[in-house]
Amino acid sequence: MDGIHDMGGMQDWGAVPSPAAAEKPFTEDWERRAFALALLSMRVSGTNLDAFRHSMNRLNPIDYLVDGYYGRWLRGAENLLTDSGIIAPGAVDARARKQLGEDVAEPEAPEADKPDYKPAGPGSIRPLDAAPRFSPGESVRAKDIHPSGHTRLPHYVRGRTGMVRRIQPAQVFPDTNAHFQGENTQHVYSVEFQSKELWGDDGEDFVLNIDLYDGYLEPA
Amino acid sequence: MSISERLPIAARTEALESILVERGLVDPKVMDAYIKMYESDVGPLNGAKVVAKAWVDPEFKERLLSDGTAAVAEMGFKGPQTESLEVVENTDTVHNVVVCTLCSCYPWAVLGLPPSWYKDPAYRSRIVREPRTVLREFGLDLDEGVKIEVRDSVSECRYMVLPQRPEGTENLSEEELAALVTRDAMVGIAEVAPPA
Repeated sequence: MDGIHDMGGMQDWGAVPSPAAAEKPFTEDWERRAFALALLSMRVSGTNLDAFRHSMNRLNPIDYLVDGYYGRWLRGAENLLTDSGIIAPGAVDARARKQLGEDVAEPEAPEADKPDYKPAGPGSIRPLDAAPRFSPGESVRAKDIHPSGHTRLPHYVRGRTGMVRRIQPAQVFPDTNAHFQGENTQHVYSVEFQSKELWGDDGEDFVLNIDLYDGYLEPA
Repeated sequence: MSISERLPIAARTEALESILVERGLVDPKVMDAYIKMYESDVGPLNGAKVVAKAWVDPEFKERLLSDGTAAVAEMGFKGPQTESLEVVENTDTVHNVVVCTLCSCYPWAVLGLPPSWYKDPAYRSRIVREPRTVLREFGLDLDEGVKIEVRDSVSECRYMVLPQRPEGTENLSEEELAALVTRDAMVGIAEVAPPA
């Protein structure tokens, strides 16, 4: 989907915050809890990492941004748990208001409705017998597609031509796996784009490498 | 819902935890173990040890650059978000820098959880469009002749930068070298400074 998460090349975000020398992974206690809850929610909801990423991408842009990185983890986890019928819509709001002292009725826990999904193995890398469609050195174009579901094809490379640099381990296809429509394991290629192909002649001169799934590419 | 009517995220988090724990779906002890792992056990010191070893052991460095996943596993570093690791070497003529524009993917097993700047929309948006400017803002002013290679890690392949060994470190031990290596240098927004 074309959403707020697809940030590559957006303008007007200002300066990047300065790195702190000894930054800790979490700054506030709720971030610790949100991190662990989100990891466990994938298991509890019977879903997967791709579905989790998509659960964050489809947040309202305000929800995506306003509470930061672990805020979107927490809200993504709420989406997964609601979709799988583990918690009722509005359950988190109601419980939070109750804990804050409001007199709120909480919804009943719904009947679980987990997806019909079982991973073929741990993680996302899978063996794949078929030979890769492209070889290092070959020209490829990223498809100019705009799926409404999950995708890991950023908008800023769509329609652009690059060169295969390396063949990466084959992986489950996020676009189908996120929706429990099959792992659809495919080859993944590290593709190199020249900056001028992406941003025009006036920009900086550099090389952009990005790992793209076979389904995102066509011969160029 | 407008921003002003929003519940604090800390309250939402506490609410979700209480619902899941009350129903026996989540064990707070398991949550604590996950948190402890990434607060205390897994962090950029792992990557620093890998870099120092590569600086002193040419055969290890060769293995690291040809199969990063296997080489860091030799040192016991593997796990979630590091199924496949490619280590890319900075030289006098090439500078590598890593990002994930879509969410902030990061090689947890060698670097721990990502720092604030890496997750910031400004970094995610700008480093793939004007990396030289962003690096300069970070205080890294690369010579015009140095080629910049940006890696947007949007699949399950993760990247770590092997920074250049600083001058004047010939007599340091592997352990002393590891103490010089920073997280920022292993993502590619800084160089490793020589010992003070």
